[in-house]
Amino acid sequence: MEKEATFRAPFSPGGEAAIDSQLATRLLAIALDSGGDYADLYFEYRMSADYVLEDERIKQVGRGVSLGLGVRVTAGDATGYAYSEDLEFDRMAKAARTAGQIARSGGGAAPVPVEPVTVGDVYPVGTPSIVVPPDEKLALLRSADEAARKADPQIVKVEASLAEQLREILVVTSDGRMSRDQLPLIRMGVRAVAERDGKRQSGSSGGGGRYGLSYFTERERDAAWHGREASRIAIAMLDARDAPAGELEVVLGAGDSGILLHEAIGHGLEADFNRKETSNYSGQIGNRVASELCTVVDDGTVQHSRGSINVDDEGSPGRENVLIEDGVLVGYMHDRLSAKHFGVEPSGNGRRQSFRHMPMPRMTNTSLRPGPHAPDEIVRSVKRGIYAGRFSGGQVNISNGDFVFSLTESYLIEDGKITAPLKGVNLIGNGPDVLRKVSMLGNDYELSDGIWTCGKEGQSVPVGVGTPTVKIDGITVGGTQTS
Amino acid sequence: MTKRTQDTLAELEDVAQRAAELAKHRGADDAEVLVRDGAELTAKVRLGEPEQLHEAGSRALGLRVFVDKRASVTYTSDLRPEPLEAFVGEAVELASLSEPDEFNTLPARDELATQVPDLDLYDPSVAEISAEDALERAKLGERAALDFDPRVTNSDGGTFSRITGAMALATTAGFCRGYPGTFAGLTVEPICDDEDGKKRNGHWWTASRFVSQLDPATSVGEEAARRTVAQLGARKAETAEVPVVFDPEAGRSIVGTVFGVANGGAFYRKSSYLVDREGTPVASPLVTIEDDPLIVRGPGSRPFDGEGLPTRKNRLVGAGVLETVLCDTYSARKLGRKSTGSASRGVGGSPGPGASNLIMRPGERSREDVLAGVGSGLYVTSMMGFGFNPVTGDFSRGASGFWIENGELTYPVTEVTISANFDDLLKRIDAVASDLDMRSSTACPTFRVSHMTVAGT
Repeated sequence: MEKEATFRAPFSPGGEAAIDSQLATRLLAIALDSGGDYADLYFEYRMSADYVLEDERIKQVGRGVSLGLGVRVTAGDATGYAYSEDLEFDRMAKAARTAGQIARSGGGAAPVPVEPVTVGDVYPVGTPSIVVPPDEKLALLRSADEAARKADPQIVKVEASLAEQLREILVVTSDGRMSRDQLPLIRMGVRAVAERDGKRQSGSSGGGGRYGLSYFTERERDAAWHGREASRIAIAMLDARDAPAGELEVVLGAGDSGILLHEAIGHGLEADFNRKETSNYSGQIGNRVASELCTVVDDGTVQHSRGSINVDDEGSPGRENVLIEDGVLVGYMHDRLSAKHFGVEPSGNGRRQSFRHMPMPRMTNTSLRPGPHAPDEIVRSVKRGIYAGRFSGGQVNISNGDFVFSLTESYLIEDGKITAPLKGVNLIGNGPDVLRKVSMLGNDYELSDGIWTCGKEGQSVPVGVGTPTVKIDGITVGGTQTS
Repeated sequence: MTKRTQDTLAELEDVAQRAAELAKHRGADDAEVLVRDGAELTAKVRLGEPEQLHEAGSRALGLRVFVDKRASVTYTSDLRPEPLEAFVGEAVELASLSEPDEFNTLPARDELATQVPDLDLYDPSVAEISAEDALERAKLGERAALDFDPRVTNSDGGTFSRITGAMALATTAGFCRGYPGTFAGLTVEPICDDEDGKKRNGHWWTASRFVSQLDPATSVGEEAARRTVAQLGARKAETAEVPVVFDPEAGRSIVGTVFGVANGGAFYRKSSYLVDREGTPVASPLVTIEDDPLIVRGPGSRPFDGEGLPTRKNRLVGAGVLETVLCDTYSARKLGRKSTGSASRGVGGSPGPGASNLIMRPGERSREDVLAGVGSGLYVTSMMGFGFNPVTGDFSRGASGFWIENGELTYPVTEVTISANFDDLLKRIDAVASDLDMRSSTACPTFRVSHMTVAGT
């Protein structure tokens, strides 16, 4: 692998299947030939690699390459989609014709001549990690493994993994925009299992983003830190007791708690659901939907964040969008289709998993802006409740607004103090209800370390989340202890 | 099998075989190649109008090579001879980065399947469904839902999809076989408007390997509407410890969770609360769970496993006792035992233990009889979230369904969680109905858990 010092997609200028504006225009004309009113081409080249350490040795090294073109044609609210894994002209033309079959009227608009568009640069990395010699990555895994094992003699099992990818995309639209971007992404995770008197518990820690490898060597939260943190959680959870059941006050720690925001309100504000009026936030623009402490933004331009995009997967630049301002709903997240329906500009949220998938409105980095309260003041205000520190994920039902998220590290709060660790537990709430119950907001905003992946209609995309410490006056805690 | 499918299969076997030989030629001790070819069509209709038409074919190759007990796992979608040759060469080099692992090898030659049973997994008429036909079926299903009840006010659409595919597996231990498969299915998702601006959604579906075995589109639409309308007025229940009945749609995920802690990977990683419990009771005597890859036309059936081993029925839980856990070769060797023929392998990764048709065996009681025993309790029709810790068995998930009073379903319930330690949950199963629902590769009948914590208001 050392031989490979550069990365260039075959469709880049000078590549073996270079796509220029003339060729793109030809393909778009074929796509629109059956009468579609808009078409786009999405070329994608993705190189990924992963490294797994288990039982103190590098167990496996994996690598994958994928290349293809996705063609989309819209006719009114209807979308036709096809893709080709081969960049031979005939195969690409066939995909364009197949996508175009959604429109049957014939004689559609000709594409506008294509011009290259300059995109932003919110994740500059000197050297993408994928072209760095693998030895440096294996050293990171060994350092995390060693740190996790050394942290405590009760640690009996450690696994560490590193996954990296570099994607190059070229998006060409029939309204004449041709945008290119290169997106690096790196993620590391450590999992430790602790055992005491036949009782076992596990802990995990990880991070990443659109960074180079130095992200795990030059920061305080380096590879070894994640190893120690995974062990710390596993050991702490050995003493966990059964969680309470019923409605309680809950304090959510800064950072990872953005998962709640992502589930409770983020998905409901993706405009495809609102275009179809299937979300409980449909028709609510201008209405109060959250406590006035809450200002929620989705920002595709956070430097190096996992969810950031210079340009979205349909050629619109990434940008910051305010969704809720002081508790009032002010905007949705759009792709081109929903933006056209609502008569607004696309908000840079049209994303897709790969060239095999059609774009739809997706979150990028979703954040709750900080508030006026000190974090310890928030904890002190709770007589009996739960402090939620770490999460494993969540899910939402868009239509009725119910959402859940799972806590992997949480503690009881008794008389304003954080006390006993609790076993893993789910919280369940209703988006609009819960956001109205946000009564205190910390001044300690944190962006979650980059590990989150969001799934929607079978498509996964990397996202970022962030929050300050949040107090919710009442949410249902799904423990086993009825009082 | 059509001539064209036979040709595709022969071509895939040839590509796989050649890539395996090439890896050996480039210095690998052993190699395993999986090649997959597929075509998909998805047609979605919303409020009577076509919304999406997605059609494409794809082919990809996954390669696992071994050099001095070191392994690499790679994949590519570029199968042209020259790039493929370079790809195989890189994969062999890549293997040298990992460290020797005595357990990580191909299965021995004498373990490989010598006969491949015909499980009738391929229906040529699936590929013949045109885009127009698919749109029409989707439209019919959605229309039936919208017409069924005036309270159905909106729709997330009707979606018809079909998949045709074939795979071939070749290894340098002398295996080279493939088989084709098909799937078709229809889902309908109606929406109702409830009070307070809330919306209620539901869905129903049919799926099969054979077009002729699909439920009629209209009956799918009507059932979807029936289930959605029933959610109107849903509210929280009070926090209490009560009996919980799982319908087959929700119960499936409980059965899937059993596989999650009863497989060789979870065992050697000590990531299961069931470690060291084989041969002991782990569930109520009413519970028997089997993995059966050999069901004719079964949604999860496979004539050989992801490493070329013959497949067989494995009983995970027999009358409450943990009899075995599903293993691939690696996890079996780590545990000092033999593979159960349960390797599951995708193009993008290495093999791991995977369930095929995972079935909780039906009991003899009717569903009504199972409900009749409940004074006050929760009937669960769907679950949300991922609240399960396999290491400890702590289970806590979001749920919705209906409140049961004196054996009858009363008001719809939403926004509650159900919790228990999974070990307790399985042991507390005190009634299993006879209504096994076999549409999905993970299947179960209605069953009842004597008590769990329902958290609501």
